[in-house]
Amino acid sequence: MKWGVVSFPGSLDDRDALWALRDVLGQDAALLWHKDEALGGAECVVLPGGFSYGDYLRCGAIARFSPIMKSVASFAADGGLVLGICNGFQILCEAHLLPGALTRNRSLAFVCDFVNLRVENAATPFTRAAHRGEMLRLPIKHGEGCYVAPEDELRQLEERGQILLRYVDERGEAADAANPNGSMRSIAGVANDRFNVFGLMPHPEHAVEAMLGGVAGRKIFESIAGAAR
Amino acid sequence: MRAKVFVTPRKGILDPQGRAVEGALKSLGFGAVGDVRVGRFVTLEIDAPSRAEAESAVRQICERLLANPNIEDFSFEVDPG
Repeated sequence: MKWGVVSFPGSLDDRDALWALRDVLGQDAALLWHKDEALGGAECVVLPGGFSYGDYLRCGAIARFSPIMKSVASFAADGGLVLGICNGFQILCEAHLLPGALTRNRSLAFVCDFVNLRVENAATPFTRAAHRGEMLRLPIKHGEGCYVAPEDELRQLEERGQILLRYVDERGEAADAANPNGSMRSIAGVANDRFNVFGLMPHPEHAVEAMLGGVAGRKIFESIAGAAR
Repeated sequence: MRAKVFVTPRKGILDPQGRAVEGALKSLGFGAVGDVRVGRFVTLEIDAPSRAEAESAVRQICERLLANPNIEDFSFEVDPG
């Protein structure tokens, strides 16, 4: 499967995502430059983590106006698969390709840790290699990952199954103490209502090799690779 | 013309910065302080033939970039000076 990973000025995890996809998972992946409009025939576009444009104004607010984002928006409108990780999630929210917004962590502190996540909906291109209720252990590293959305929007997200991942404790309960950033309803990852755009704060690309703390991140990439086949 | 834009966290949205500042103010003895919200202040120069047109442009600037309507409110003043 063909993947394109977008590099914005200030992206940090573009090369890690490329490594995970190409070198670890054997996918056909290439970097895309934010100033280009071509997506290089990618079947899935990845917006990586980092601090695009220094997080100036709001995280993702300026990157969303990069030339490539026009192509990403029309690609998504045509049903193309788009995955936003961390800053990529923030960019997708700013671009209105995903509902809601990501704000300063409740603690005001940058969090760098492993979290437990529960798969809430496994019938999507991003989670189909997992099963509903499965626990994934992935790393997080962010200062602004507190997911917020209006109450009626949250209700719709629940009803349509757009919440794909939640922060949970070791027993799989969405307890407040297991919520690392204050996200509403412990939301760690959401999809759009057509289920072809997905954003999450945790980093699957940093969890594809046992030596580096776990391989749970493979589930996300393997789901996508399977979906496009 | 000079515009001043004020962007603040929308009511009902948790503002941990505002809350931390409020706590600090209270511990300094300013017990009368409440509901502190921390936002952003932007000034910009805008070239427009009339004040109304400048205001309309600034409104669009706020809606498109300076504020995120999901989480923030904005207000602005245009000084024809």
